[in-house]
Amino acid sequence: MIAEAGLAALWLAAALAALQLVLGLSALRKAGVAPGAGDGAGKASRQPFSTPFLPSAVEARAGPAIGGPSTTLGRNGRGGGHAGPSTALGMGGDEGSQAGPLTALGIDGGGGAGAGPSAAFGADGDGQTSGAAALGAAIRPLAIVQGLLALFAFACLIALFVRSDMSVKLVVENSHSMKPMLYKWAGAWGNHEGSMLMWVTILAVAGALVGVVERRLREPTLIATLAAQAAIALGFYAFLLFASNPFARLNPAPADGMGLNPLLQDPGLAFHPPTLYLGYVGLSVAFSFAVGALVTRDVGGDFARAMRPWVLAAWIMLTIGITAGSYWAYYELGWGGWWFWDPVENASLMPWLAATALLHSVTVLATRQGLRTWTVMLAVVAFSMSMIGTFLVRSGILTSVHAFAVDPRRGSFILALLILYIGGALALFALRAPTIREGTPFDPVSREGALVGNNLLLSAILGVVLVGTLYPLGVEAVNGEKLSVGPPYFNAAAGPLALILVALMAAGPLLRWRRDELGALARRIALPALLSVATLGAVLLVSPIGVLPLLGLALATGVGAASLAPLWKRNLRRTPLFTWGMVIAHLGIAVSLFGMASESAFTKEKLVAARPGDTVAVGPYSVRFVGVDPIAGPNWTALEATMVARRDNGAPVTLKPQARFFPNPPTETNESAIATRLDGQLYVVLGKGDDDGRWQLRLWWKPFVTLIWGGGGLIALGGALSLLGRLRRERTAHDRRAYL
Amino acid sequence: MRKGLLWAPLALFALLVGFIVFGLVRPADHVIPSKMIGQPVPGFALPAALPGKPGLDSAALADGKPRLLNVFASWCLPCAAEAPVLMALKDKGVTIDAIAIRDRPDDLAAFLARWGDPFARIGADHDSRVQMAFGSSGVPESFVIDGRGIIRHQHVGPIREEDVPAILAALDGAR
Amino acid sequence: MRALVLALLLVPAAPALADSRMAAAAYADTQLADPAQEAKATALMHTIRCLVCQGQSIADSDADMAGDMRALIRRRIAAGEEPEAIRRWLIERYGDWVSYAPSTKPVNWPLWAAPLLLVAAGVLIARRRFRRRR
Repeated sequence: MIAEAGLAALWLAAALAALQLVLGLSALRKAGVAPGAGDGAGKASRQPFSTPFLPSAVEARAGPAIGGPSTTLGRNGRGGGHAGPSTALGMGGDEGSQAGPLTALGIDGGGGAGAGPSAAFGADGDGQTSGAAALGAAIRPLAIVQGLLALFAFACLIALFVRSDMSVKLVVENSHSMKPMLYKWAGAWGNHEGSMLMWVTILAVAGALVGVVERRLREPTLIATLAAQAAIALGFYAFLLFASNPFARLNPAPADGMGLNPLLQDPGLAFHPPTLYLGYVGLSVAFSFAVGALVTRDVGGDFARAMRPWVLAAWIMLTIGITAGSYWAYYELGWGGWWFWDPVENASLMPWLAATALLHSVTVLATRQGLRTWTVMLAVVAFSMSMIGTFLVRSGILTSVHAFAVDPRRGSFILALLILYIGGALALFALRAPTIREGTPFDPVSREGALVGNNLLLSAILGVVLVGTLYPLGVEAVNGEKLSVGPPYFNAAAGPLALILVALMAAGPLLRWRRDELGALARRIALPALLSVATLGAVLLVSPIGVLPLLGLALATGVGAASLAPLWKRNLRRTPLFTWGMVIAHLGIAVSLFGMASESAFTKEKLVAARPGDTVAVGPYSVRFVGVDPIAGPNWTALEATMVARRDNGAPVTLKPQARFFPNPPTETNESAIATRLDGQLYVVLGKGDDDGRWQLRLWWKPFVTLIWGGGGLIALGGALSLLGRLRRERTAHDRRAYL
Repeated sequence: MRKGLLWAPLALFALLVGFIVFGLVRPADHVIPSKMIGQPVPGFALPAALPGKPGLDSAALADGKPRLLNVFASWCLPCAAEAPVLMALKDKGVTIDAIAIRDRPDDLAAFLARWGDPFARIGADHDSRVQMAFGSSGVPESFVIDGRGIIRHQHVGPIREEDVPAILAALDGAR
Repeated sequence: MRALVLALLLVPAAPALADSRMAAAAYADTQLADPAQEAKATALMHTIRCLVCQGQSIADSDADMAGDMRALIRRRIAAGEEPEAIRRWLIERYGDWVSYAPSTKPVNWPLWAAPLLLVAAGVLIARRRFRRRR
């Protein structure tokens, strides 16, 4: 029954998404802003709904339109006869006032707070627009119900996995009744169909959240946004229902399942894909905002401020997802590497790069009304990268350790969706971008100048990663030659760009908006620069290391100091939260960079064949190999080595790396053992034994390696503080306006 | 100029779609073919893998007769699967030499006793050294080598019934 | 780092039950005595692609063949051969695919030019947003 309920919820959600799209389109058409309504009409009625929202702010906030689907639909029935042209004519009178509210709100930071649909349209009063109004009012509740239905379907799938319902094909293929509960739970998304369901669930829930909380966008833009979100969801619902049904039954049901890939039986699976997907799909909101704003020609400060929290939230999730994934691979793969420039990793990095750029350009747009076209472009690119990334992972087109084997029918289906959404958005962009007015040009030495530099470099790095990832495919398509593009290329091509970017990151926050002086900047940055040079000298004196790690270490110390500089001589308690957020995120970049450089320059590796009783020295540790014992876990057996590590005269640490064997499906994995210290990690792995009673041991001492992920955590924390600060300021601004 | 630029993202995306379509249409192919086809056999000398059967060296592969060189191992399941086909080829008069990868004499003897022994010589390649010199990337693989010791053809994976005509044709061509 | 994520199905598929029972080759997991030589060998291994698992470098792979390739590299480095010569030897046998470092052949010129072209294009586009400073 659960499977049928889930499937029914999915169908219903798909139907609602279709309705949401149709309603949105017809509301926009009635209002004369839909692309199909013709550009002439669109220009004549640019802001049909916008006028009278200030007086209604209070009641709109108290009671949003969620309660009224039936009444609004009823109104729709009565007002449905009003045709588009009359609407457009009726709204012509607003033309004169349209610039006023927009810019005014743009500057005071409040946005279109409280443009609750019913209130706004109620104030319109004359009935001319009530058809469009009713359609528009229905779209929020629709989005919310659709989100709840998707969530219900996903909950059903989890329930099936938790109950080990072996009559469901997906459970049989990816689970086993003997599996620990955590992995039954996580097994729901450790496979193609389940992860796609999670994808579309997040998409629908994100749309529902927009419907619940978004109050600053003008109504037509919001309607267009929710319609775009529904259009995306619809495609992926179709994909699930027609090509990847997660609820398909198996008859007769087998006695037990085939088990989950043991490499995935790790707490990482419970945590990593959901965060990454929240990030990927969270960017869909930015995408839909961009499409909505293009449709209604509403790209401005409001749009930027409305989009910013969504981008921030998605970006935080992406940061956490990538950081967690990197650490997972680090301890699970058993060779001490934490980033491999594998296509699948690149697929997660590209949306992050785009989102990082978007985060910064949106700030320029919100603060200085600049970079409008560019910001819209980035919003489209960020989610496009998420979709392309998901697709590449799924299609098996690029050889990766991590690729799914997927049949071509599914591949073609997703590709068709990609062409529709990305191609459609890019075409809309090309058609509408000329109508976007750009603000005044910037001064090169200014905060916005630095932010443009940030965007330029991030985009270039994104381009390098994209080109490098797809180049082998391109070459094979052109002349059939097989080649590989790996770490040597990415390090050489993206590394220097990244270092320049980090240096720029030190300077940017120390620059004033609008216009600053180079001399003043030089004075502000002198101390951190000195610190960098000192580090450079110190490292050179101690030991010769590679150029990139050397520059990385030197930059990291200077940039770390510079990133704290915006707090200098400030009252820390009165410093806004989002400034704290920026400082901490930038510090996180420096910390992470330090960890990467230190790991790559100073790691000590020891590979030995040892007998029990032998002692191995690695870095500052001497490790005694005590012996190997067989042990059994819940669904595996293992050989477990015992090693006692001692540093100088400190207390001994016992490490127990394992070589595990899983019977369902039959697989061997290596479980590394890691001792974490303030200044690094000791990482040991048990390899094969030989006939002479010796065991292959791999040991690494990795100084400051933890800073890589610690820095990632700081970046995410900074993002969270920033988000909190923005939301809080918005609330304050909103309350202030409400009491006026 | 600016208007043209605005279409650039769409054009780039179209290019990307082109590559992806190619990737989808192209048959999934993870075979890395050897680049040694058409070149002389690399110089090597491998000890006998089993007592009582000669080892293998490059001179033995250039004795005037075309032959099949099978790269295999007793621990490899597909190798057992292709054993009957190799026996049939031997019965058709094909000379088959072999390189056993990372194998132990006991395991090898048991494997040949169970699945049949179509091999004239077997060289023991304990650390895949010669396998790599041939540009072979796994087991089982087979090379057709002509009488002058030139590598003519590579077959990756087990030789199945339906592959036999191609192998025989390659052997004919190497005459 | 969807590393591992969701999939990894390719990796464990084959090697689990079809491993050689022989101990790994001498230099597969044993370092060279000379740290400078070992550093050279390790650097090269990180840029050679594993033929069996395909998604990893031989330095990060558990496959037997990757072990044999590591042994080959260490042996040759110990014999005084230069890393780039070993890379060439492998490319002669397996093609460019085996090296993660793209060659400087004309087919890769666009790849190597990409970072410069991207930055140049970015500067051209961004220049319009700036006013001339006086």
